[in-house]
Amino acid sequence: MSDTSSTRDLLLRIEDLKVHFGGKSWMPGKVSKVVHAVDGVSFEVERGKTFGIVGESGSGKTTTALATVRLAPVTEGRVFLDDLEVSALKGEALRLARKRFQIIFQDPFSSLNPRIRAGQTVREPLDLMEVGAESEREGLVQELFAQVGLRPEQRALFPHQFSGGQRQRIGLARAIATRPELVVCDEPVSALDVAIQAQILNLMRRLQDELGLTYLFISHDLGVVQYICDEIAVMYLGQIVEQADRVSLFVRPQHPYTKALLSAVPSARPGKRAANQAQRIRLEGDPPSPINLPKGCRFAGRCPLAEARCHETPPELKVIETGHKVACHLV
Amino acid sequence: MSGHQTDRPLLQVSNLCVEFRTRDGIARVLDEVSLELQPGQTLGIVGESGCGKSMTALSIMRLIPSPPGQITAGEVRLAGEDLLRFDEQRMRDIRGKDISMIFQEPMTSLNPVFTVGDQIAESLRLHEGLSDKEAAARAVKMLKAVGIPEPQARAREYPHQLSGGMRQRVMIAIALACGPKVIIADEPTTALDVTVQAQIFDLLRDLKERTSTAIILITHDMGAIAEMTDRVTVMYAGRVVEEGPVEAILDAPKHPYTQGLIACVPQLDPNPTAERPPLEEIPGVVPALTRLGKGCAFAPRCKYAFERCDQEAPRRVSVDADHRAACWLLEEGTSA
Amino acid sequence: MFRRNYAAMFGLFLLVLLVLVTLIGPLVYSVDPFEIVWAPLTPPGEEATAPLGTDYLGRDILAGLIHGGVATLAVGLAAALITVVIGLTVGALAGFYLGIVDDILMRVTEFFQVLPALMFAMVLVTLFSSSLVVVAIAIGLVSWPPTARLARAEFLRIRNLEYVSAARSVGAKNTRIIWQVILPNALPPLIVSATLTIGTAILFEAGLSFLGLSDPNTYSWGYMIGSGRDNILDAWWAVTLPGGMIFVTVLAVSLIGDGLNDAFNPKLRER
Ligand SMILES: Nc1ncnc2c1ncn2[C@@H]1O[C@H](COP(=O)(O)OP(=O)(O)OP(=O)(O)O)[C@@H](O)[C@H]1O
Ligand SMILES: Nc1ncnc2c1ncn2[C@@H]1O[C@H](COP(=O)(O)OP(=O)(O)OP(=O)(O)O)[C@@H](O)[C@H]1O
Ligand code: SF4
Ligand SMILES: [Mg+2]
Ligand SMILES: [Mg+2]
Repeated sequence: MSDTSSTRDLLLRIEDLKVHFGGKSWMPGKVSKVVHAVDGVSFEVERGKTFGIVGESGSGKTTTALATVRLAPVTEGRVFLDDLEVSALKGEALRLARKRFQIIFQDPFSSLNPRIRAGQTVREPLDLMEVGAESEREGLVQELFAQVGLRPEQRALFPHQFSGGQRQRIGLARAIATRPELVVCDEPVSALDVAIQAQILNLMRRLQDELGLTYLFISHDLGVVQYICDEIAVMYLGQIVEQADRVSLFVRPQHPYTKALLSAVPSARPGKRAANQAQRIRLEGDPPSPINLPKGCRFAGRCPLAEARCHETPPELKVIETGHKVACHLV
Repeated sequence: MSGHQTDRPLLQVSNLCVEFRTRDGIARVLDEVSLELQPGQTLGIVGESGCGKSMTALSIMRLIPSPPGQITAGEVRLAGEDLLRFDEQRMRDIRGKDISMIFQEPMTSLNPVFTVGDQIAESLRLHEGLSDKEAAARAVKMLKAVGIPEPQARAREYPHQLSGGMRQRVMIAIALACGPKVIIADEPTTALDVTVQAQIFDLLRDLKERTSTAIILITHDMGAIAEMTDRVTVMYAGRVVEEGPVEAILDAPKHPYTQGLIACVPQLDPNPTAERPPLEEIPGVVPALTRLGKGCAFAPRCKYAFERCDQEAPRRVSVDADHRAACWLLEEGTSA
Repeated sequence: MFRRNYAAMFGLFLLVLLVLVTLIGPLVYSVDPFEIVWAPLTPPGEEATAPLGTDYLGRDILAGLIHGGVATLAVGLAAALITVVIGLTVGALAGFYLGIVDDILMRVTEFFQVLPALMFAMVLVTLFSSSLVVVAIAIGLVSWPPTARLARAEFLRIRNLEYVSAARSVGAKNTRIIWQVILPNALPPLIVSATLTIGTAILFEAGLSFLGLSDPNTYSWGYMIGSGRDNILDAWWAVTLPGGMIFVTVLAVSLIGDGLNDAFNPKLRER
C-alpha cells in the first residue's frame, strides 16, 4: 500500500462531509425532523485505487456516494477532486465538471431509461458533454460497447431486452464514456446473481487497469469489498468508525462494530461452523434512528464492551498506526 | 443433525414437474424435481435466480399461480399423504398449520393495516379455533419466543413501526404460531444486514432444536448454506443437478455448476493476502426455460461440456451413499 | 397487445364509425338540421322525409344526429386537450421541483378540485357567452385537477428512479430531464386518463345542454337533448336517439382507454 503520505497522489478528498435531510420548510411552523444521514465524514482516495465503504443499511453509504458526485445536497463540508472543489460548483460549471466523475447505480432495472436504446444511453453523455467530434461519437460508442463486453449490434436494443448483468455493463459503459477519473459505484453488484456478480467484478478490475480509474466502491457485502478494495471505511449511523487498508482491516479489526460485522458473515466452510458460531460476537437490537442520535458513541447502545464514558462523549477517529483509524474509547 | 434416519421422510417430493404457459411457448419451470426432508432437518436449496427455487416452494404449498402455471406430474408427500390429491379446502388447513412459509420481503409480506399481534392471532383463530382473547395471549407469547423485546407493547404496533429484522421475526412468529412440521423460508435474510441475519439464523436454529421443526432454506448465499443446513439441493434451470450432505456439496462438489457457483463468490478471508487473482466466472446466463434443448441444460455454460452433453440430458447418479449429481462426467468416470 | 384486446378493438371500430358518420355523413345527407322539414313530433319510421322522426319544431332528427356529432366530438377533444395541458404542466412542475412550487401548485389544484364542477362551469358559461369554445374551456378548467395529481404522482415516482440521477450525472439540464427523460415515462397513464376525459367532457357538455346552457347556434347532440327535454314524454326519440349516440361515443373512448391501459402495462404485455 502507500508508503508515506507525502508521495500519495490523492484524487478525491472529502472533508467533514455532512448531509442532513429535512428540518427546514418555507412554511412557518412546519418544521420536520432532521435526518443525519451523513454526519462528519472525511477520507481521501488515492488515484488509481479503490476505496470501499461498508456498513449496515441506513448507515449513509449511498448518501455519501451521491453527495460526492453532487446528486445529494451537501449540507456542510467539502469535496475536492484534485484541486477542484466539487462541493462549491454551481450551474453550468458543475454540469461540465461532471465529465470527470461518474456514478454506477445498484439497481440494473431502474438505472436505465426504459424508453431509450442502449446505444443512445451510452452516447448521451458524449453528446451532452460534447466529447469528440459528432461524426466520431458512434465509433466511440462501439468501442465502449466492446470494452464492457457487449456486441455492437446490441446498441439498437431497449433495456428490457437485456439481462441484469448486461444492463450493469451498459451502466458501466455510460459511466466511463466521458473518460472520468473517478467512478463512484453504489452497490454495483448487489442486485446481481452470484455468477453474474463475478463477471462484473472482473470487468470492473480490468477497466480500472486499462483506464487508470479510481473507484469509490459502496457495498454491504464484505467478501466483495475485500476482493475489490484497497482501502476500506466502515460506516455506522452516518460516521466512519474504522478505516484501514484491506489487509489490516480484516486481519486486525479494532472497532467492536467492525469485529461484530466480520464475525457475523457466515463462512462457506461447513466444518468451521461450530467454531464460527461460538466465536461470533452477537449484536442485540437495531441501530438507533438517525433522527434522535444518542449523545455519546453512536454504537454504545449495541456495543458489548460499552462503558459509562461511551454513553457520555463521542469518541474521535484516531490514527492508531499508519493508515489505520478507529473511533472507539477503548482502542 | 443428519442422523435422523427414519423409513418414511416427513416431506417427500418426487419427480415434480411444473409448466407455465408463456408467449414463447411452454416453459418447464420444474423438471422432475425430487427432494426429501426428515424431521428436525434443514435442507438448503441453492441456485441462480430463475432456476425454480421459489417455484419448488410454491408447488409444495400448492400456491402456483394458475393459470398460467400447472403442476403436470409428480408427488408431494407430507407424512405419507400426497398433497397434490387434496382438495383446496384440505390444502387450506395444511397451509399455515402443517407447512408454513416465510418470504423474502418482510416489508410486503405483512399486511400494513393490521397490528402484528392481530396477524399472528389470525392464524391461531383460523387453525386452532382459539377465541380472540386466547389467540391474542398466544400471539404475545409467540413474539416473546422470537426474541422481540416488550412483546405486549409490540403486539399492538403496525408493521411500519418495526425495523426489517423485527418484521422478519414477526413473519417467523406467524409461521411458527400453529407449530408446523415444516417451515419453508424463501430467502428470509436476503433483505437484511449480516448482523441481523445472524440474529435470525440463531433464532431459527434455536427453534429447530426446541421443536424439531424441519426447515427448507432457500438462498443463493453459500455462507448461509454452510451455516444453517444439513443437506443441500442445487438447482439449475428447473432441474436438480446435485444433492447431498452440506459438507460434501461445499467441500467436494461434483457437478461443474456447483463448483462454479462456489468458486465465483468472493468469500470473506480472515487472512487476506496482498495479491488477488481474478474470480472464477461462469460465463453466460441462465437459458430461457422455453428454449432448453434436449441435452444438459448447463452445457452452453459448462467448461467441461463435450459432445454427449448437447445430445442427452444426464440422469442423477450416486457419487456417494447419499450424494447424487447429474453430469455426464460422472457416468463417464472422469470426475471433474 | 392492443390488437389482441377485443373490447378495445370494438371501441376503436365504433369510434372510427362515428367519426366517419360525422365527417362524411353531412356530405351524403345534406339536410340542414335547423330546417323544419315535416310536422313536429313525428315518430321515427312514419315519414320517409324524416326517417328517424322530427322534434318539437319539426326538425329532422337524422340530420341532427349526423350534423351534431362534429360539435360534440370537438368539444370533447378540446376539453380533454385543455385538461391534459394544464394538468400535465401543473403536475410535472409540482412533482419535479417539490418544495414551495409544489406547495403552491397543489393548493391551487385543491382549490379547483373542491369547486362544484357543474356550478362553476355554469357560472363561466353564463358570465361569458355560451359558445362552444367557452363550453370547452369551462369543462377543461374544471376537469384538470385529477390529471395534475396523476402527473405529479408519476413525476414523484420517476424523479427518484436512478436513471434520472444518471441523466443528471451525465450532464442533462432540468428542462431536458423534465420533458425528455421523465415525461415520456410518465405518459402512459396520462394518455389513458386523457382518453377517459374525452368521454367525461362529452357527458359534461350534454349535461350543460340539458340545462339549456350550451351554444344555441351550434347543432350538437347535447343541444338536441336540451331542446327535446320538454317533450320527453311525448317524443322520447328526440332525446333518446342523441342520448344513444353520446352513450356509444363515451363507450367507445372508454373501451379504447381501458385497452390502452392494458397495452401500456408491461406486466400484462409479457404474459
Ligand atoms: N432523500 C432523503 N430524505 C430523507 N431521508 C433520507 C433521504 N435519503 C436517505 N435518507 C435517510 O438517510 C439515511 C442514510 O441512507 P442511505 O441510503 O445513505 O443508507 P445506505 O447506507 O446506503 O443504506 P442501504 O444499505 O440500505 O442502501 C437513512 O436513514 C435514510 O432513511
Ligand atoms: N407467471 C409466470 N409465467 C411464466 N414463467 C414464470 C412465471 N413465474 C415464474 N416463472 C418462471 O419460473 C422460473 C422459476 O422461477 P422462481 O421464482 O422459482 O426462481 P427462483 O429460483 O426462486 O429465483 P430467485 O432467486 O430470483 O427468487 C423462472 O424462470 C421464471 O421466469
Ligand atoms: S453434463 Fe456435460 S455440460 Fe452438463 S455439467 Fe456435466 S459436463 Fe457440463
Ligand atoms: Mg444504499
Ligand atoms: Mg425466488
